[in-house]
Amino acid sequence: MKDKTNIVLTGVGGQGVITAANILGKAAVNAKANVYASEVHGMAQRGGSVSCTVRMGDVSGSLVATGTADAILSTEPIEALRYIQYANKQTKVITDINPVIPFTVAALGEEYPSLEIVYKEIELHAKLHKINALKIANESGAAITRNIVMLGALAAADILPFKTEILLNTILDNIPAKYKEINKKAFKGGFKAIK
Amino acid sequence: MEIIDELPGKTILLLGNEAITRGAIEAGVDVATTYPGTPSSEIADTFSAMAKYLKKKKEKPPFYFEYSTNEKVALEVAAAASFCGLRALTCMKHVGLNVASDAFMTYLYVGCKGGHIIVSADDPSCHSSQNEQDNRYFALFGSAPMLEPSTPQEAKEMTRLGFELSEELKLPVLLRTTTRLNHARGPIELRQSLKSKGKGHFDKDPMLVTVPAVARAQHPLLLRKMEKAEKISEKSPFNEIIELGKQSNAGIVTSGVSFNYVKEAIDDLNINAKILKLGMTHPIPRKMCENFIKSCKEIVIVEELDPLLENQFKTIIYDMKSNVKIYGKSTGHFSRLYEYNPDIVTEALSKIFKVKNPLQKPIQPKLKLPSRPPALCPGCPHRATYYAVKKAAPKDTIYPTDIGCYTLGKAPPYEVADLLLCMGSNAGTACGLSVSTDQKIISFMGDSTFFHAGIPPIVDAVHHNHDLVITVLDNRTTAMTGHQPHPGTEFDGMGRPAKSIKVEDILKGCGVEHIEIVDPNNIKKTTEAFKRALAFKGPAVVVSKSPCILLENRDKRIAGMDIPVYYIDQEKCRQCKTCIDRFACPAIYYAEDGSIHIDETQCNGCGNCADICPFEAISKKGAKK
Repeated sequence: MKDKTNIVLTGVGGQGVITAANILGKAAVNAKANVYASEVHGMAQRGGSVSCTVRMGDVSGSLVATGTADAILSTEPIEALRYIQYANKQTKVITDINPVIPFTVAALGEEYPSLEIVYKEIELHAKLHKINALKIANESGAAITRNIVMLGALAAADILPFKTEILLNTILDNIPAKYKEINKKAFKGGFKAIK
Repeated sequence: MEIIDELPGKTILLLGNEAITRGAIEAGVDVATTYPGTPSSEIADTFSAMAKYLKKKKEKPPFYFEYSTNEKVALEVAAAASFCGLRALTCMKHVGLNVASDAFMTYLYVGCKGGHIIVSADDPSCHSSQNEQDNRYFALFGSAPMLEPSTPQEAKEMTRLGFELSEELKLPVLLRTTTRLNHARGPIELRQSLKSKGKGHFDKDPMLVTVPAVARAQHPLLLRKMEKAEKISEKSPFNEIIELGKQSNAGIVTSGVSFNYVKEAIDDLNINAKILKLGMTHPIPRKMCENFIKSCKEIVIVEELDPLLENQFKTIIYDMKSNVKIYGKSTGHFSRLYEYNPDIVTEALSKIFKVKNPLQKPIQPKLKLPSRPPALCPGCPHRATYYAVKKAAPKDTIYPTDIGCYTLGKAPPYEVADLLLCMGSNAGTACGLSVSTDQKIISFMGDSTFFHAGIPPIVDAVHHNHDLVITVLDNRTTAMTGHQPHPGTEFDGMGRPAKSIKVEDILKGCGVEHIEIVDPNNIKKTTEAFKRALAFKGPAVVVSKSPCILLENRDKRIAGMDIPVYYIDQEKCRQCKTCIDRFACPAIYYAEDGSIHIDETQCNGCGNCADICPFEAISKKGAKK
């Protein structure tokens, strides 16, 4: 096996998952790493389950094989479990603890499982790191920075093949000046929550 | 805007679709046209964003760009630019080429002058589509040279060099992509852009008028052009043989994104094989293929969807009287269904090469997780229309639907999508149903769909006096594909003021006698309008007008206006579940104790839940944070 870093980013449409994947990819380019990423667009985006991948290093395509993710970064707890097929025992699963209840629970009588059981099952297959990203985002100044909190947490997980500053600088380069402080706080909040 | 401002030599991360646009800019494209459709949309959206960005800077865009009424019009507009000697690009999703195929098939007879790239974005696995047709057949069907990129960087280069190929052959070139290319990001090395021409000249030529005598003369010319194309294919830098591992007499033929999976699988399986990577896939380089066949004992063909390369290789092998063994779809190692991924390709190659697959078996969560399908957004005006329709219509009503967000009305509790074929089919099938059954019919289409393919079936309904109700869900945009403008909007794709064509004016012009125009957010009046439309004998059209909530809230944010959120007064709520069981807004949920609440982060502030609550338990709570 060659030198590859595989990240799977999951969550719910509208949570900034695609933006996070895009920033991570740009950071890799800034670090002069080879990178491929995949996204979902169109119908799948309307409030549905979303998954993106970012692959760095000696890779030639954008999709991740089962059991080969180095990290699964999820902005919603059950979405972390939904994509657990990408995990192996060494995979770091970093998830926000705030559930987004799908409409199928209220309208169609499906069941949202207890988070305790969700976490237990993730721990059977991978290394779980829980984080209250929504709280950190709100404390930083805007709930919308939740995806940046998650990137901060990822940077602290010792997985990325480049320095944390490169990721932070890429984030700051890609947002309007007036939101830079909020995002910096969010990123550092996420970083501290894992370190 | 980094895609036009960054200097040549710099490497930036781009989406496959953005890379195609960049390739066209580097080739000095003059005219770009489209009808939006996933997974192609961002190619055109990038042209649109560039035009608006340059307009803001008071610079003239180096190209003309339009969101055309439909794909056929898009192709015709760009073909005309090519006839004037300009470089043109037309992009569409795979099924869009069905719409454009009438122009496409004869355009190939006539041939082009300025280079013309036609992008077909196929969607294996139907991520956002009604079928997964393999548009490589169109290249064979119409005799079009075809290029298929594997990576975003290659997509840019194929677009750029595709213009030269097109001009050399005097044929439009089909750039065939798939979702995993369109929506993959990768590093792109920028090159200097050529200057576009701006205007050309139309030189009259009787051979451009395809009367039968001309068509008969053009067909052999087309075949001759394809013979020349095959010679080019033999030397194309996009067709190459890559040896991996030790020298081997096992070969793999592949193209497009499958190449990426093959390359990594060979690494992971530690096998020796040589790959014939085909980038110019029509016409395939026959001599190169023959030589490859001669050098192999067995050949694996890895291609998504239909066995086009496989069948062509079998033909060549038959002609060569070779006994090389072919593995592929016909041997059951690969499927004709859905997109491939690293697991599928690694597993198949491990079986063929008889080595152990190192990938672990996928873990299935034991826990049953609630499904999270896409749904109409909270605050979507279509939900209000559907709620009203269900109140007005008798039980056995048939609901033909169409392509757009409103297809999501298929889900319970609305269940207002019974039949769907293609763009515009709602009204066409409604006409057929009206003569075939006595059930009531209410069909749905969006405003962009109305302009695209919805008008001819309405003319049919009026002319034959079909008894039906057609609904135009006018949310002032092409929402599903990313909020592109259409002929009903006040601005065009370059951000210039445009003549807005009203749906109801067209309906009047078509002779529709019963037209109801409603705001769906007034559910009571909308219900009454549908009742009147159902009672009318003959074709009735309801235009349900309210902007897409995402656009409306975006405009509010820009203007610094508040977006309200709603809450449920727990004292007043009797848990009758009307808001959940019948209205089904995704922002409304049960707490663990069974009480009903509104998730403020999801609420978009439409307030329709407050109107439908029988106990007046829902009210406004101030602004969204």
